[in-house]
Amino acid sequence: MSRHLRELRGVGVGSRGAVGPAVRVNPAPGVPADEPRPASADDRARDVARLEAALTSVTRDLDAAAALHEGETLGDVLLATSQMAEDPALLSESIALVEAGMGPAHAITQVAGQFADLFVAAGGYLAERVSDLNSVRDRVVARLTGQPDPGLTDLAEPAVLIAHDLTPADTSTLDLAKILAICTEAGGPTAHTAIIARQLGLPCVVQVAGLMEIPEGTLLAVESSSGTVTIEPDISVQARISERAARNTIFDADLEPATTSDGHRIPLLANVGTVADGLSAGVAAVEGVGLLRTEVLFLGASLEPSIEVQASAYAEVLQAFVGRKVVVRTLDAGADKPLAFATMPGEENPALGVRGYRLVRTLPNLIANQLEALGRASAAVPGTELWVMAPMIATLQEAADFAALARGAGLDKVGVMIEVPSAALRASQLLEVVDFVSLGTNDLGQYTMAADRMAGELSDILDMWQPAVLDLVAMTASAGIASGRPVGVCGESASDPLMALVLTGLGVTSLSMSTSALGEVRYALRHTSLDTCQAMARAALAAGSPTEARDAAAALLSDDLGHMLDL
Amino acid sequence: MPSRTTTVAAPEGLHARPASEFVKAAKATGLKVTISKDDGPAVDATSILSVMGLGAGQGATVTLTAEGDDADAKLDALVDLVSHVE
Repeated sequence: MSRHLRELRGVGVGSRGAVGPAVRVNPAPGVPADEPRPASADDRARDVARLEAALTSVTRDLDAAAALHEGETLGDVLLATSQMAEDPALLSESIALVEAGMGPAHAITQVAGQFADLFVAAGGYLAERVSDLNSVRDRVVARLTGQPDPGLTDLAEPAVLIAHDLTPADTSTLDLAKILAICTEAGGPTAHTAIIARQLGLPCVVQVAGLMEIPEGTLLAVESSSGTVTIEPDISVQARISERAARNTIFDADLEPATTSDGHRIPLLANVGTVADGLSAGVAAVEGVGLLRTEVLFLGASLEPSIEVQASAYAEVLQAFVGRKVVVRTLDAGADKPLAFATMPGEENPALGVRGYRLVRTLPNLIANQLEALGRASAAVPGTELWVMAPMIATLQEAADFAALARGAGLDKVGVMIEVPSAALRASQLLEVVDFVSLGTNDLGQYTMAADRMAGELSDILDMWQPAVLDLVAMTASAGIASGRPVGVCGESASDPLMALVLTGLGVTSLSMSTSALGEVRYALRHTSLDTCQAMARAALAAGSPTEARDAAAALLSDDLGHMLDL
Repeated sequence: MPSRTTTVAAPEGLHARPASEFVKAAKATGLKVTISKDDGPAVDATSILSVMGLGAGQGATVTLTAEGDDADAKLDALVDLVSHVE
């Protein structure tokens, strides 16, 4: 060995790899506790001038950033943020505190905090603007205290992003074309960052301890399949990653409908978040959409979009899938996906609160309007098969109520998501009142294991190979076989090729995933018989732990396939 | 001092774009303009944070005041902006 390799370990997302220089996404600057207080009149005049200069320069930079994104949503957000930075009350109230002897970073923090409290108390749209106000405060504090600006400056060359954690606001400002991979110190494998990375087909490793000690510019090799980040990788690591990329080319070359090696058909479908996603998935080798997440269409809106606006957005996606099917999930707002007009303020435990289909209790028109819009879209694009399903169904009564509402809106293929353990346990009964079910394995895992999806430190408990979760999936799949009705999977587990084989063996009838995972899953199915899939399913169910379940399934893979999948 | 009382028309209330447009227009008058909701305290109408902080939703009653040259005509224009949906 010519030199010692430093390697950090985390939890990998997906199976891809990349090599590139590290770029840090800086955390918010802290206000130093020992910030000097202006004692003399001269000090106070100097601190007032520094505060004014900091606000002016932040305004100027935000305006410049807005100009780069003119006409986009991001440009509007940046302009609104810049308007906050030049707010006369923010300045005058901060100056008053400095005049009274407070340090300028403390002053702006206190004044921004007062406005933030006001916004939070108002709830809804205003509460969401707190993050914009905080970003103004953080930039001003950074300038006053000589710390780097929070977030990411524009990338000059393709790079590996390293961050403590990324918020949706952070990822919305990223120039995705220049990002080779994403690594975070926090975050779980099913939290926001990981989902975005999967969607984009980017290599991603989360939960990497010690990541933020890496200096910017350091060459990093990121391997999602093993969850490793190698610092200054040598030639052998780089070769391994190039070989992996070559394998991806082989995976992606097969565009035929997926079957097992002995011809058992398993339709592969796409998970789609936005109309733009839908249009790009429309040209991918998929047999349709297995999950159209409609809340993403709503996320930017401060009011419920009208039936007309909704219908035209849905029709646009349906148009991209003529001759195929599109499974639409009704609004899944709440918990980690708050919507300005639908979120219940002040819920103690939103993941267990009024979210998903349960919103029908507080906002019955929301679901009625959405179903009507879907009915209109379906009538406008008759060549596409539209299936509709509701999220967060816990009881037979909810399933029956939803089915009646959807059929009343002229939608004839109606299903529910299986994400709550009670629904999995009663899948046979649910399948008597709906036409199909779809397993949302991320939420099913979270609710079965009582472990928050956002809690990265619990990712071992949240493992999709947990025997208890596999039992519930198996129970649901058996109910599907007995009733002859389809049981799909649209959670992240469908995008793991080994899990996809196990799911097939359990009797799941379709797999829906990010389009970036299609090639590998299709390849795994193509090279494994249904018998082997069933044996893998039995072996996984017999195991006592997630690791044993995974190993037991992997042991039944052919050697060639195991090598191709790095298993 | 001239003042006007009116009702917020925008469906999203005096937030987001309507608030931003209103603050820009208030600034453009070059006058000291204030706005208050119901019987609450008057705040600087050129401050986006203060205006949004009023929490004035659709249908809220707001009172505008202005002082200086042409204050009446300029107030009328601001009332027009608040009380009509673009």
